[in-house]
Amino acid sequence: MGENTLLSVEDLVVKYFLRTATCEAVNGVSFTIDKGERVGLVGETGAGKTTTALSILDLVPNPPGRIVSGKIILNGEDIRTKSVAEVRKIRGNDVAMIFQDPMTSLNPVMTVGDQIMEVVRLHNDVSKFEAMDKAKEMLELVGIPGERYLEYPHQFSGGMKQRVLIAMALACNPKLLIADEPTSALDVTIQAQVLDLINGLRERLGMSLLLITHDLGVVAETCDRVMIMYAGSIVESGTIRAVYKNIKHPYTKGLFGSIPRLDIESDRLEPIKGMMPDPSNLPEGCAFCERCPNAIEKCKTERPKLEDIGDGHFVACFNPLKEGA
Amino acid sequence: MENNNYMLSVKNLKKYFNTPGGKLHAVDDVTFDIPKGTTLGVVGESGCGKSTLGRTILHLHPKTSGQIIFNGRDISDVSKAELHELRKEMQIIFQDPFSSIDPRMSVKQLIAEPLKIYKLCKSKEEIEEKVRETMDTVGLASRLADSYAHELDGGRRQRIGIGRAIILNPSFIVCDEPVSALDVSIQAQVLNLMMDLQEQRNLTYIFITHNLSVVKHISNDIMVMYLGTAVEKADSAELFRHQYHPYTKALISAIPRVDIDNKSERILIKGEITSPIEPPNACRFAPRCEYATERCHNEFPQLEEVEPGHFVACHRVRELNNL
Repeated sequence: MGENTLLSVEDLVVKYFLRTATCEAVNGVSFTIDKGERVGLVGETGAGKTTTALSILDLVPNPPGRIVSGKIILNGEDIRTKSVAEVRKIRGNDVAMIFQDPMTSLNPVMTVGDQIMEVVRLHNDVSKFEAMDKAKEMLELVGIPGERYLEYPHQFSGGMKQRVLIAMALACNPKLLIADEPTSALDVTIQAQVLDLINGLRERLGMSLLLITHDLGVVAETCDRVMIMYAGSIVESGTIRAVYKNIKHPYTKGLFGSIPRLDIESDRLEPIKGMMPDPSNLPEGCAFCERCPNAIEKCKTERPKLEDIGDGHFVACFNPLKEGA
Repeated sequence: MENNNYMLSVKNLKKYFNTPGGKLHAVDDVTFDIPKGTTLGVVGESGCGKSTLGRTILHLHPKTSGQIIFNGRDISDVSKAELHELRKEMQIIFQDPFSSIDPRMSVKQLIAEPLKIYKLCKSKEEIEEKVRETMDTVGLASRLADSYAHELDGGRRQRIGIGRAIILNPSFIVCDEPVSALDVSIQAQVLNLMMDLQEQRNLTYIFITHNLSVVKHISNDIMVMYLGTAVEKADSAELFRHQYHPYTKALISAIPRVDIDNKSERILIKGEITSPIEPPNACRFAPRCEYATERCHNEFPQLEEVEPGHFVACHRVRELNNL
C-alpha cells in the first residue's frame, strides 16, 4: 500500500441473504484510491456499484445484506474493525456520500440550512451560530445565495437540491467524496453545471472522488481512472486513456458499442446480446461468459482474475481483445 | 395546401394548462411537418413541453388552438367516435415500462388488449395467432406469454409496450422517452428493434427524448424545444454539424463525450429554466442567454429558415453566426 493511498478495498465480498436465495452482489472486489485522485466506477443496473460504495461507509442494509469478507482500509485503518460509534465519526467527516436522487434524499420538513447545520454540529464542537455561519458559507460555495438558508427543499429545483446535497457532503471537508450517480436525475445542461461544480470544489479542497455512474461520457470528462464492473466484479480498470483507447474486455467493448455516438455516423448499434445473469444464480465460470463473443472453453468453468497487462491497465478475461480490435 | 407526402402536419399548435398562478404555456405555437416513413426527434430538457406536444397531437390532451393534419386529413376537431377509429392509426409508446402496463395482466393479455378493444379478430385462435406473431416481431420469447410484468426486466417490459403499439398496424407512433429508463446495453437493443420496425412497416415516428445521442441516432429531423417553443429545427446530421441557436449550442456542448481526444469546450448556461406560467411575449431563452438584447426581451422570435432546411428562432442568428 503506497504512501499516497487514501482508500484501499481488498477482496470485498458482499451478499444479500434473502429468504429464498442468496444474492452475490459484490464478489471479491479490490481497488485503491490515491489522495486527490478521481476514480469512476461504471456498470449497469445491478452490477454492484452502489453496494460497493455503501460498503465503504459500512451502510449496507443489514439484514439482508452483509459484508462477508474483505478489508476496507481508509487512511491506514480497517473500517470493519471499528465500533459503530467510530464508524459514525468517519461518515461525513472523512468520507461523505452524495446520493442519486436529490428529490428524496433531503428532509422535506426541515429547512436546507438546518440540514447542513446538522451535519456540521454532529461532527464539530461548535455553537449553533457558528454552525449556521458555516452552513451559509457552504451554500454560497455551491452557488446558492446564503439567504435561501431558511427555505425548504420543495422550493428548490432538482439541480439546486443536488447542490444542497453537495454542500452537505462537503461541510466537514471529507477526504473522500463518493458520488452515486449524482447527475443521473438531472438535465444535460444542469448536469454540466453540477459536474463542473464537483470538479472545481474537488480541486480546491483536494479531496479524492469516487464517481459511480453508468455514463461513460461523464467518467471521461471527470475522472483520472475508471473501473468497469459487471455482475459484482471489476472486469477492467485503468487510466481513462488506457481503457478508452485500448479496450480489452469484451463487456467493455459491448458497453461502448451500445452508446449512440455523436462523432461517428453509424446505422446500427452493436448491443450486447442477452441480459446480466441473476446475481443469486451466478454461473460457475466467468459471469459474462454466456453473452461473450470471445468466450472459450475455460471461461465456462473458471473465474478470471483481474490481471495487470501493463501501463496500469487491468483486465479480468481469459481471452481479451487484441490490440486495436 | 395539403401535401400528401406528409404523415403529419402540425400548425401553430398551442396547449395551455390552467394553474392557480395563471396559464401555463406548455406548448406555444409549434409548427412542423413529418414526411411519411421518417422520424422527427423532439429534444429538450424536462419541462420544455415535449411530452405535452406528443400527447396533444394524439388528443390525449385537448389542444388550446392550432391545426393537426394527419395523413392529409384535418383531425384538429374530431368526434370521439372518429378519434377511436383514428387511434388504430396513431399509437404511443410510453417512457416508463414499470408503470405504463397493468401488473395484473399477463404478457399475452397485454398485447391482445388493443385487438379486443377494436374487435378486429373473429376468433380466439386468430387473436392468439396475432399475439404470437407480434411477440415474435418485438423479440419476446413465446415462453413468456403467461408471465406478468413484474417477472420481466425493463427491456422486456418496454418490448411489451412496443408490441401493444404495433399490433394494430398503425402508421404513426409517438415514442415518449421509450428508452430513458433502460440500461445502455438494453437501450441499444430496443433502439435497433424500433429502427427495424420502421423499415419493415414504413412507420413514422415522433421520438421524444432528452438524450441527444439517442435522438441523433434515430432521427431524420430534429426539433429542439425550449419552454414550449421550438427554437431550432434541421436535418439531424446538419444540426449536429452546425447549431445556430445559443441554447442548442450549449445543449450539444453539454453532452459528456466518450471520445477523449476530441474534447469540446463546454458552454455553460447560467441559471435554470424560467417559469412557463404566463411568460412574457419574448424570446423564452433571453433571461439565460448571454447574447440577449433589448429586442430579445420584448419580441417573440419566429422560426425562420436561415439555410435550406435549417430553421432557427433567434433575433440575432444572422449576426452571431455570420450568415
